[in-house]
Amino acid sequence: MTPVQSPRRSLLTVDARTRRRNAAETRFRAYGIIAVSLAMLALAVLLYSVFSNGISAFRQTFIVMDITLDSAALDPTGQRDPAAMAKVTTIGYGKQIEAALVHALEAKGISSAEISAKDVSALISKESPAQLRNIVLANPALLGSTIHFRGYANARIDGYFKGRVSMESAVRDSNISPAQLQLADKMRATGLMEVGFNWGFLTGPDASELRPEAAGLGVAILGSLYMMLIVLVLALPIGVAASIYLEEFAPQNRWTDLIEVNIANLAAVPSIVFGILGLALFINFAGLPQSAPVVGALVLTLITLPRIIIPARASLKSVPPSIRDAALAVGASKMQTVLHHVLPLAMPGILTGLIIGLAQALGETAPLLLIGMVAFVRDFPAAPPEGFFDPASALPVQVYNWTQRADPAFAERASGAIIVLLVFLLVINSVAIVLRRRFERRW
Amino acid sequence: MSVGIITLIVLAIAVGGFFIGRARAMSLVGGDARKLHSLPGYYGQLVLIFAAVPAFAALILWLLVQPMVIEARIGALIAPESIAEGSTRDLVMSDVRRIANGIDQLVAQQVLSEADLRTLSTEQSDLRSRMADVGVALGSDVVQNVFEAAKEYRRISIFARMAMAAVVLLLAVTGAVFAFRRILPDFRARNVSEASFKVLLIAASFVAVLTTVGIVLSLAFETVHFFRLYPAKDFFFSLTWNPQFRGGSDLGIAPLLWGTLYVSFVALVVSVPVGLFAAIFLAEYASKPVRSAAKPAIEVLAGIPTIVYGLFALVTVGPVLRDYFAAPLGIGSSSSSVMTAGLVMGIMLIPFVSSLSDDVINAVPQSLRDGSYALGATRSETVRRVILPAALPGIVGAILLATSRAIGETMIVVMGAGAAARLSLDPFEAMTTITVKIVSQLTGDTEFGSPETLVAFALGLTLFVITLALNVVALVVVRRYREQYE
Repeated sequence: MTPVQSPRRSLLTVDARTRRRNAAETRFRAYGIIAVSLAMLALAVLLYSVFSNGISAFRQTFIVMDITLDSAALDPTGQRDPAAMAKVTTIGYGKQIEAALVHALEAKGISSAEISAKDVSALISKESPAQLRNIVLANPALLGSTIHFRGYANARIDGYFKGRVSMESAVRDSNISPAQLQLADKMRATGLMEVGFNWGFLTGPDASELRPEAAGLGVAILGSLYMMLIVLVLALPIGVAASIYLEEFAPQNRWTDLIEVNIANLAAVPSIVFGILGLALFINFAGLPQSAPVVGALVLTLITLPRIIIPARASLKSVPPSIRDAALAVGASKMQTVLHHVLPLAMPGILTGLIIGLAQALGETAPLLLIGMVAFVRDFPAAPPEGFFDPASALPVQVYNWTQRADPAFAERASGAIIVLLVFLLVINSVAIVLRRRFERRW
Repeated sequence: MSVGIITLIVLAIAVGGFFIGRARAMSLVGGDARKLHSLPGYYGQLVLIFAAVPAFAALILWLLVQPMVIEARIGALIAPESIAEGSTRDLVMSDVRRIANGIDQLVAQQVLSEADLRTLSTEQSDLRSRMADVGVALGSDVVQNVFEAAKEYRRISIFARMAMAAVVLLLAVTGAVFAFRRILPDFRARNVSEASFKVLLIAASFVAVLTTVGIVLSLAFETVHFFRLYPAKDFFFSLTWNPQFRGGSDLGIAPLLWGTLYVSFVALVVSVPVGLFAAIFLAEYASKPVRSAAKPAIEVLAGIPTIVYGLFALVTVGPVLRDYFAAPLGIGSSSSSVMTAGLVMGIMLIPFVSSLSDDVINAVPQSLRDGSYALGATRSETVRRVILPAALPGIVGAILLATSRAIGETMIVVMGAGAAARLSLDPFEAMTTITVKIVSQLTGDTEFGSPETLVAFALGLTLFVITLALNVVALVVVRRYREQYE
């Protein structure tokens, strides 16, 4: 046996093998950095895409002008009786607006000779007559006076000021002509048109295919709010009760095992399957109305429950046994121990889990599509509790709804709605983080 | 009496019962709480629980059962000849409900009195226009037979409402009185109250089981219904998916399953390497500040709703892939494609893979690392030869969970993958998935009883079974692994 001959070399010169191993080390590390940066980049691109597309949805082009309300045309009976005045349709108000616009153009010295009167009136949103009609019906005394009116401009005009519509695209577009855009430019220069913050986007109801400029999120936000309320009221007690039972009282047997496996599985069942359950159980079997927040909320509750129970149990488990022992030692019953001592100590953790669960429920879309919340709803649901059964929309479903429409103005609104949704989520999750930071105890 | 009012009354009885019960217990011992077996509040709780729980249980049960009973009775009243061509009993039933609702409106606005109603028939009066006046739109003129059914429906409903109110309130009062009369100084109120409370806790934990049972039953029931109308053999083995409005559809699951698996595969190809390397980097290499900044940032991706990813696929990723990649290379012209959906879904899955893998990598005991370093291994060698093999079961579990997510994901594929069912290998072509078709078949205009709608339940059951199997395997793998080092 010959001794192994070790190569003669200095420790300071790195041999090929070590160099190879070090290179592999560097490469491996670089893969990790690349992976993390890719994930961050994806997040950044995602957020940038949503915000750059959607932020303009909060601003809108308005036509600002004075309108003299002609009492003869708008109140033929002269009684100022709202019921009789309601007989005048939006067409009557539309004529008033057109006349006022032509008048305003003349007053500003803008010639609209090269454009037909029809094209001039097409600058105004088809929603504006309805807006004006509501103003007048709410306050009949305005008739005969001159009011300052701020109505939506047509979506194409709005798109022009936001860069979505250009002179070149207008040539090919049957809905707008370059001449109309030039007129809009002049109107903006003279203050007849302005671009400003659009509260209507947050408070107004959805609008039809033809008037994207008037589409708002009001019904969707209210619908989502109703659903979150019901989910909160149902999921908190049921979730807490179930986790208390499983964590504190349940005997170790097959039943308990079954329930636990069940909950773990439900947390991973695709949400669309819950939608099918909701359709079959709540709508077809129990006969609850379609598109109602109550049905959506019931489905969301079932989806959210396992997501609440799992952190709630972890939170109960983290309360040290010494607390329980101490309570039991001074004569508290098992139930008193849990309700008076363990539960309050675990509550911050439970609430954090609940809030995160609610945030997830707020963004859930697929199950709501199946129970008919995708329907076009323009009327605001009534106040609760009756309103829980009225048709409503929900924020994420409204986004989906808008993406399915042809007009590109709706794509902008969909991104805008996403921003609203993300802001809500941000607020909700910040509450959860603050709650955890301030109240959670480390034992 | 509306459900809301009944609820309020029962609540009032229960809360009132609490105070009365407590006061009763105190008065029995002359104000000396020490002579009671339990704290005075427990006597109140007893009355509260006995008043509220049976009453609310009855209320919920009644609300669930009442529509079924009424439907069954009214359904028998509708003559087969009054079901028009192309209509179904269900549609006539909904007409009946709408007419009954219209009559309610007419009576409420005092256009019609109860006495008029008895003699009213469809021959004499134009019911449809009168209904329209109060905002109830009817599709066609009212047939006498249907109208009679509607009147009967309304009569039973009103009766049932009153009966429900009576039964529920009676139960609440009886429960309260029953509990109240049991109050004696040495009555073990706390034990009874706690035992009843425990029953409530058990009931709450059963909701999860009931949900699963509900899912399985509702899916299985309609799937059986579907297979009666459409052969199961064709559903599982036919290679075409081509639903038709007027029957004669091909409803083979194969193209949908292919699309689902293809999109999931692309998603995993994106998310597994990125997620895994991110997890390794964060667990083994990153300094504390980097870790505490990067980990939450990646987890934000998990908190973003899928609709946001869907929109991202639709307005950004799809057009970019088409304009800068597929179209110049001549391999596709559609912005919705397997690639679009897969890529975006991959981004969504990164945090799932990374945070689960991060957990298992961190769970590998430090002694294994120390041993490896002591033998002169570099960090990457330690990770590849020691940590990953030790963490492998957990990582496999994480990947399985991510797969199940990918297969069940809906919004991204609805908005990013397209609607054309085809069996193709080209990732830049639009394909469709099981979840997309569940949405489109259930939100479409087809009639509920047709195979074209019911197929959604069969698809749902397939989806449920696949994801359930993946989840169970993943849970078992993860659980077994965790026990290893504990």
